[in-house]
Amino acid sequence: SLFRLTVKRLFSTSHSSVDSKEMKKFQLLAHKWWDEEGEYAALHSMNDIRVPFIRDTLLSMSSNYHLGNPLSGIKILDVGCGGGLLSEPLGRLGASVTGIDPVEDNIRTADRHKSFDPVLAKRIQYKCSSLEEIVEESMETFDVIVASEVVEHVADLETFIKCCFQVLKPEGSLFITTINKTQLSYVLGIVVAEKIMGIVPEGTHEWEKFVPPEELERLLESNGFSVKTVSGMLYNPLWGSWSWMESTSLNYAVHAVRSGARAQSHATDTLPETDIQQPSATAGTAG
Amino acid sequence: SSAAMAALRGRALLAPLGARLRARARAPLRSAASAPPLYDVVVSGGGMVGSAMAAVLGHDIHFHDKKIALLEAGPRKEYNHMPDSYSNRVSSISPGSATLLSSCGAWDHVCSLRLKPFRRMQVWDACSEAMIVFEKDDLDDMGYIVENDVIMSALTKQLDAVADRVEVFYRSKAVGYTWPLPSHSCDTSPWVQVELADGRRLQTKLLIGADGHKSVVRKEAEIKNIEHQYDQSAVVATLHLSEATDNNVAWQRFLPTGPIALLPLSDTVSSLVWSTSHDHASELLAMDEESFVDSINSAFWSNINHSDFIDTAGAMFRSAISFLKPSGTAVRQLPPSVAKVDPGSRAMFPLGMGHATEYVQHRVALIGDAAHRVHPLAGQGVNLGFGDIACLAHHLSAAAFNGSDLGSLKHLLKFETERQRHNVSLIAATDLLKRLYSTTLAPVVLLRTWGLQATNALPPVK
Repeated sequence: SLFRLTVKRLFSTSHSSVDSKEMKKFQLLAHKWWDEEGEYAALHSMNDIRVPFIRDTLLSMSSNYHLGNPLSGIKILDVGCGGGLLSEPLGRLGASVTGIDPVEDNIRTADRHKSFDPVLAKRIQYKCSSLEEIVEESMETFDVIVASEVVEHVADLETFIKCCFQVLKPEGSLFITTINKTQLSYVLGIVVAEKIMGIVPEGTHEWEKFVPPEELERLLESNGFSVKTVSGMLYNPLWGSWSWMESTSLNYAVHAVRSGARAQSHATDTLPETDIQQPSATAGTAG
Repeated sequence: SSAAMAALRGRALLAPLGARLRARARAPLRSAASAPPLYDVVVSGGGMVGSAMAAVLGHDIHFHDKKIALLEAGPRKEYNHMPDSYSNRVSSISPGSATLLSSCGAWDHVCSLRLKPFRRMQVWDACSEAMIVFEKDDLDDMGYIVENDVIMSALTKQLDAVADRVEVFYRSKAVGYTWPLPSHSCDTSPWVQVELADGRRLQTKLLIGADGHKSVVRKEAEIKNIEHQYDQSAVVATLHLSEATDNNVAWQRFLPTGPIALLPLSDTVSSLVWSTSHDHASELLAMDEESFVDSINSAFWSNINHSDFIDTAGAMFRSAISFLKPSGTAVRQLPPSVAKVDPGSRAMFPLGMGHATEYVQHRVALIGDAAHRVHPLAGQGVNLGFGDIACLAHHLSAAAFNGSDLGSLKHLLKFETERQRHNVSLIAATDLLKRLYSTTLAPVVLLRTWGLQATNALPPVK
């Protein structure tokens, strides 16, 4: 009806958060996802900190869970899931995971990899899609969204965040990991990581698109989210392992909670700010 | 240079994951429809160590929803009460091992069946008066002598308790293993395929080899094993003492032919473990019961190997110690004398040492004698295996709680590093002790006499 028409028109591809240049980069490496020592080794080892971060945050907000199946009953959307590196551990912990990625080869790799494990095959569903394309059918559907190493690749970050708001249930959680835009992140994240040490395939990142945490926080807070945690992450290339650190000047992780307001069907820039539900101080900190 | 870059690409400099590719990888292509049942962990070998591994994982909270299988070639072993006679296969269980067995609820069953705590261990040389005594200051139990059948029975009960998670396949021998190709070529099954003797097949994300020192898992995984057969066999028997005593001391005397040990089972019964040459072992088994008992008593009491020189030198050293460190010489207790041997309880088995160069590979881990085999002189064999279990279970539990792939080398290597560090020094020390005490050469005897006396006097060394 009118509601659907409005949504469809407003989320046309001209406002898409998917960048076609970025898509091409990942297409070439679609078959390399599951080589633990290959191009994606650093992402594999990032699971050692990002999975416990997500798991423990969700456990601390819940009163009813079993340690043998800690994320049971939780519906998670993994945006930019790639080959499923993060979807699979979350699925093993009991969550129902929907993984979306705009690159078809990634989805194919992810589907094939999960197919050998009947438990995972049931718990995880992959879809070749952008975030906008699923908004209409997934309003307030997910308990959790994870967008790990994704926002530094999107074309329009604010649209992306607005979409997250739409598909999250009220008081749902959003987890983001990304890279800060600093001199240090240029030197270490691009020059050293890509060009010198080959920790990340060359050309993966563009420094211009890195997101400072202040900017991300601002966008989140003004689009219905309350930022709960911001924490720096550090990669040690010698041991191939990640750890938490105070400083967010390189990599960092964010946990934000969506306000309790119902999803609106509009989200364009032209509408005044006041139309979008402001996260009230009490709603944000109630969780 | 591009070569250096390629070498460093996406890989930690010091992580040796890449070196663990197997020579043969014959994973069959299988469609999902006809795929054999998939387990999270399969333990191959249902002895004390394999059964304990399955029981500990089955009782781990993070394994609550996982599927574990235990493969045992023999039949199910369970006793509700023990027969009157004692079994001749016993183990010395350390307090740490007792804690592990407690954690899966098995220790209570052991206590309700039977066991013998000991407070003291007296070890001495046949060639001199040198002696070393181990005991805990607070008069706590140093360890427990438990029949292997008792431990097995207790573990069987605890496996029953978690039957919804652990499936035990009795009378099932694994005859073949097929290894997966490296994980990034994902057209074939990524799991380990196990074929049983009766033709049944299983798949697993992690295969734990607990199949003893002749491990088939280790062989099939092409893991090199450093092994050495000792020129010794161990003779075991169940002995009845001349008179009832507290019997809370474990005795061991180093004879030139090998150590003889008397391990307490009750106030009147002890277990014999006598490591000696193959020929002598066969003689001991063949001789009549009276001569056998005489040999044992003579081995513990005779001073035939003493020489005046060594005795004098030893005595001098001892008075020097008691002068410098008055509490440094312990009171020598006298071992009990043996009256008779249980008929039919005499048996012998050959001894050797072994150590696998790797404990883990992608989706494979070795524990117990499959990974390391020691001389019984230190009474450590099964305790090393239980130590492996505690370490591996700890890492697997954490991996499960992180949603990791259980067969991933990342956490398996942590287990290997921890245990090799611990085991290698102990195995080397045991081997060294065995060689040190295998001779009557005066200089070596003097050295070890003084060494033993000094060690007895110095708590840190001890």
